[in-house]
Amino acid sequence: MSVVPLSRPVPVTTEPRPTRHLLIGLAVGFVALFLFAPLVTVFAEALRQGWVASVQALASPDARSAIRLTLIVAAITVPLNAVFGIAAAWAITKFDFRGKAFLITLIDLPFSVSPVVAGLALILLVGANSSFGAWLAANDLKIVFAFPGIVLATMFVTFPFVARELIPVMVEQGRAEEEAALTLGASGWRSFFTVTLPNIRWALLYGVLLCNARAMGEFGAVAVVSGKIRGETTTMPIMIEMLYNEYLSVAAFSLAAVLALLALLTLLLKSLLEWRHADLLAATRRH
Amino acid sequence: MRAGILRSPSPLPGFGLSFGIIMAILSIVVLLPIGALLGRGLMIGPADLWSMVNSRRIWSALALSFRAALVASLFNLVFGLLLAWVLVRYRFWGRRFIDAAVDLPFALPTAVAGIALTALYAPNGPFGQALAPLGIRVAYTEAGIWVALVFIGLPFVVRTVQPVIEQLEPDLEEASATLGARRPYTLRRVVLPTLTPALLTGFALCLARSVGEYGSVIFIAGNIPNVTEIAPLLIVIRLEEYNYDAAAAIGIAMLLISFAMLLAINAIQVWSRRRIGLV
Repeated sequence: MSVVPLSRPVPVTTEPRPTRHLLIGLAVGFVALFLFAPLVTVFAEALRQGWVASVQALASPDARSAIRLTLIVAAITVPLNAVFGIAAAWAITKFDFRGKAFLITLIDLPFSVSPVVAGLALILLVGANSSFGAWLAANDLKIVFAFPGIVLATMFVTFPFVARELIPVMVEQGRAEEEAALTLGASGWRSFFTVTLPNIRWALLYGVLLCNARAMGEFGAVAVVSGKIRGETTTMPIMIEMLYNEYLSVAAFSLAAVLALLALLTLLLKSLLEWRHADLLAATRRH
Repeated sequence: MRAGILRSPSPLPGFGLSFGIIMAILSIVVLLPIGALLGRGLMIGPADLWSMVNSRRIWSALALSFRAALVASLFNLVFGLLLAWVLVRYRFWGRRFIDAAVDLPFALPTAVAGIALTALYAPNGPFGQALAPLGIRVAYTEAGIWVALVFIGLPFVVRTVQPVIEQLEPDLEEASATLGARRPYTLRRVVLPTLTPALLTGFALCLARSVGEYGSVIFIAGNIPNVTEIAPLLIVIRLEEYNYDAAAAIGIAMLLISFAMLLAINAIQVWSRRRIGLV
């Protein structure tokens, strides 16, 4: 059809070659300076005095209890948020009701509230200075400066993660398959487990992955409610801050390196999911 | 079948159960605490609230949080667009690797990012030493806060703009070229207007996150009152003094800023849906 003059390859829908190279160079340089350099620094600082010092720092009782606490907090918050995310996505995508848009805004609210404000709000709700908190204290229930407070704070900041991944996917899949299952005589739970869940499993896994990364790494909200009692309410990020402020650089960066490895694993799994199951994940990849 | 006024009828089961779970967890985790914060504000009363917020130190902290977030978000707007464009439109060695790395700030805990950036930019760190002869100090100045917020906010712009660039039809750019437009003109008059709503959304998300950011900032900021002390840190300081009313006053000010930004994000999305049906 069209004859392209070979002597004059003027780019029509892309930029000229030098511009392209310049832009690629800028982008790669930016990523190297702003993303890779900090990541490399974590490992370099952790290994500054060699492997042995680093491993010894991780084997200390304080570090071990911080790792244990972080794992337990994630083990509680992530499944709870997954259940919440599934319930939220089910109600929002399978039914039409008034106030749906408002409900979605409420679910998104934690994204735009500062983690520190979230922690503060929790303290005002159940701290010793509130009437509810006084009642809790009278009944020997500790929430703030104790384990339940850390779980609540972590749930607040990771609240929208699973729902946000599931809602777009379930909107796209519609309601016809579940309706067909019901027509064929399946119970509600059966149609959920054999029809809905297989359709959303990769999106669910994706949401759980992001939720877990944030749950293990949350700092601001947890810092406010934890009370920083060594060996009791110090999660890994809180322990990192304490060690860093005590100028125990190697110990702080060794714990940080463990979290950084976890972040790399998260990114790897996330990329694998995106490459393999792109069609079954949310169309918009906002986080 | 319970087909109330609030809900249109549906043959699918589980509305009551799922709605019950949502309301229970939403109330306990989000609504009650936020309500307690606002309720505390009502108990204090607007006049006292205002007098508590109205001090130089708090205004400096709020202004700093907002200003630094604005600078970092503008920076991310430019480099986020550049990254999204390069990742979608060009093919080069390591592209997928860079694409995956963009999400690092989402996956890396903020405290880890904070101490790593401080080690890099501190006067004895590699970047700090390189910048010192130029007379530039980053760590323990406002520039340090910018660097931390650029790190935190980058993925918001890239991940909002990227899908829109992927969906751009080449027809428009070809038509523009056929009509004699040179490439820069096409980019400015055809491509950029299509990307504007996504860019604005990404910018607003980045801004909302940056204003409230704490973990990555406090290590590199130096935390000098009136100079490099951010608003969330001031809340933490007030809480450590057991001054709950003052902490609540700053918290409410920040919450109002968050609500305003949430409204702005929604408004942008409504506007863009009406305009071109994207995002």
